[in-house]
Amino acid sequence: MLIHFLKRLALTIPTFFALMFITFVAIRLVPGDPVEVRVGERGISPERLAQFRHELGLDQPVWKQFFDYVWGILHGDFGKSLVTNEKVVTEFFTLFPATVELSFAAMLFATCIGIPAGAIAAVKRGSRYDQTLMGLSVAGFSMPIFWWGLLLIMLVAERLHLTPVSGRIDLIKYYFEPVTGFMLIDSLLSDQKGAFKDALHHLILPMIVLGTVPLAVVARMTRSSMLEVLSEDYVRTARAKGLSPARVIGLHALRNALIPVVTVIGLSVGSLMAGAVLTETIFSWPGVGKWLIEAIGRRDYPALQGGVMLVSAIVILVNLGVDVLYGVINPRIRHG
Amino acid sequence: MSKVKKTALGLAAALAVLAPGALGAKTLVYCSEGSPENFTPAVNTTGTSFDAARPIYSQLVEFERGSTKVVPGLAESWKVSDDGKTITFSLRKGVKWHSGINGFKPTRDFNADDVIWSFERQWKAEHPYAKVSGGKYDYFADMDMGKLLASITKTDDYTLVMTLNEPNAPMMANLAMDFAAIHSKEYADMLDKAGKKEQFDQIPVGTGPFSFVAYQKDAVIRYKANPAYWGEKALVDDLVYAITPDPTARYSKLKAGECHYAIAPRPADVPEIKKDPKLQIISQSGLNIAYWAFNVGKPPFDKKEVRQAFNMAIDKPTIIRDVYLGAGQAAKNLIPPTLWSYNDKVQDYAYDPAKAKELLAKAGVTTPMEVDLWYMPVQRPYNPNAKRIAEMMQADLAKIGVTAKLVTYEWGEYRKRAQQGEHTTAQLGWTGDNGDPDNFFFLRGCSGARAGGQNLTKWCNKDYDDMLVKARATPDVAARTKLYEQMQVIEHEEAPDMKIAHSIVNDAAVANLTGYKMSPLGGHHFKGVDLK
Repeated sequence: MLIHFLKRLALTIPTFFALMFITFVAIRLVPGDPVEVRVGERGISPERLAQFRHELGLDQPVWKQFFDYVWGILHGDFGKSLVTNEKVVTEFFTLFPATVELSFAAMLFATCIGIPAGAIAAVKRGSRYDQTLMGLSVAGFSMPIFWWGLLLIMLVAERLHLTPVSGRIDLIKYYFEPVTGFMLIDSLLSDQKGAFKDALHHLILPMIVLGTVPLAVVARMTRSSMLEVLSEDYVRTARAKGLSPARVIGLHALRNALIPVVTVIGLSVGSLMAGAVLTETIFSWPGVGKWLIEAIGRRDYPALQGGVMLVSAIVILVNLGVDVLYGVINPRIRHG
Repeated sequence: MSKVKKTALGLAAALAVLAPGALGAKTLVYCSEGSPENFTPAVNTTGTSFDAARPIYSQLVEFERGSTKVVPGLAESWKVSDDGKTITFSLRKGVKWHSGINGFKPTRDFNADDVIWSFERQWKAEHPYAKVSGGKYDYFADMDMGKLLASITKTDDYTLVMTLNEPNAPMMANLAMDFAAIHSKEYADMLDKAGKKEQFDQIPVGTGPFSFVAYQKDAVIRYKANPAYWGEKALVDDLVYAITPDPTARYSKLKAGECHYAIAPRPADVPEIKKDPKLQIISQSGLNIAYWAFNVGKPPFDKKEVRQAFNMAIDKPTIIRDVYLGAGQAAKNLIPPTLWSYNDKVQDYAYDPAKAKELLAKAGVTTPMEVDLWYMPVQRPYNPNAKRIAEMMQADLAKIGVTAKLVTYEWGEYRKRAQQGEHTTAQLGWTGDNGDPDNFFFLRGCSGARAGGQNLTKWCNKDYDDMLVKARATPDVAARTKLYEQMQVIEHEEAPDMKIAHSIVNDAAVANLTGYKMSPLGGHHFKGVDLK
């Protein structure tokens, strides 16, 4: 088991280095450097330009900049934002809880609906329900997040007034200092009545928007995995034993069908992060996605590099966790 | 009336007066477009950051709300010496610093030490805060403050003497800009002692109409009204900036009542907002200019007739209609009409391809001929789509026998090459900083006509330039106005450029928001604003 884990861990190291290299190069390929973005029509005197570039380390040869950057990261130093002068790590972890809260809610939404929906579709294979569900899941999977988000805002928030438009809490009614950064927890900790309900209310639309793609994936995955399991001998045996259909499906079939679904959920953490970038922008959700978008606009190299590295590290670790967990659930993988 | 009844009535009346404040505090929510870098304008360059700092601070002098007129701020009055080199300020007494922020309890009122501290931070490398928050003071440098200032001293706590190296009339406008905000020296010293200098720009203390409460990164900034403010007091109790980068989301929030004022709606949404009885559009022409510069150093643009012909060849109204989509107005002068000294008597060149052709022939230019037409690769506040404009110009020029070759470069490279004068014709523009006409007219001055200078036309006219220099050294506004009016006539006649447009800046608000005066300088102010 330990060897399996160590092997997996060792495999992540080259991935990290590749990521460091790609983020470093990619942002430098975008035209315009941080100084140019800061300077407008006015232009800048050559002396001041040279001074700026020196202070930001941009006058160093690129290989040296890359070496310093890798050296910094190996020592846990992700640098300081060129815009706010704050440590990238501090900024990241101030905003990260908002992204986690949103992603977690979206995943919960996707699994709570996706698994039962997929299971029922498998059981009623070929029925109208199955066909409708699979059609919907194709639509959900190919849904452009930006369009979907704006559509829901217009329909649900503006027209029907069922939810707030954006943000995490009603700014006029409630005010409390963040303690954990998770609005649901902070609103509970605050003694302000109704704050938790309001925070929950604000979470609904972004949760649905971000959860739509994983929902489609989970539903499809559950269905196909379930179909496979339903034709297994042990399910037939269970049926033959005279167990109730609910017990056969719920206890015997579904539990076994869930193994690949768990893997898919783990793998979707990466795409959730990608989706969060858009969802956060539409819903003014102060998470790392929105922060990274702004960092690109401002050519804030350290924030962007550090931010992408931290997000990637988390995605890789989650996947590693899933791999290991998978090994625990299914011993055949370990030996494979 | 019995005594009991009287008391009851009195109580009821008292309650009625107290009711709005006592029952529910009035909160104004502004849907802003982005996060501030921090709260010290001197180290920032973006309008977003200035907007976030503006409720907190005061300057020595300020722009009157909704105009570019310089009025007293922390300085009650000032006197300029006869040689124009010494400005003596009488500072306002009894101005209180915001108290209780970040554990700061001021022991004294605002005085001259605070002013000296605030300027020296940007000016002197040995200042204890010079290197804090990156230590880049772009506006101080850009407005040439380091070169203009000789010294800033005090004769007593409330008399400040500013000595300049040369007379400079736009200086007062510079002092009203955001970068010249006055900070508390006592607060800075407190943080310095505690070893927390970096907090100075994050947790701000000022003397402005609102005091800082909290900032949650990328989400919200909170302020509360400062009851001890020295000027026009805030009419709401709390001010909230809800950071909402997406314009569609801002519009939705406005409609849903989640904010009361929203910056920059999408141009496509403006007609709908205008129709909605619950909302209003607040607009003004922006303090900017989009122009098309002709390089007079390159034939045939050394000939006045050719430049005038190019002015007549372009169908400007169509460009305004199709590219600016209602968010722009045709320009005929370098300065926008909101700025003092705007010369409305200048008549713009009318669209007349036949006359343009005639002028070209008169100048001895044989058609067909070819010119370069440079356009910016990026969207700017004064020009939503330079490429589209270039294409429309190209089509118009074809009608007079001129083939325009469209050229562009990466944005930084574009500016650099255009300033070097590599182009024959190039689009660019300008956004004003301080509401002083000099801040626009210098764009056609001789000092900018050198290679690398900001005068893209490379046009250097002695009469124009003499007046420009003279106006800069003249404190009297009426005299300066006259000079600027004449300069606009010369510049129109000589036509070193074609003025394209001033953009129109739109904001949206709920219908019951009153008292908002849009600043021609583009900033947002919420003192004097109320919700009825």
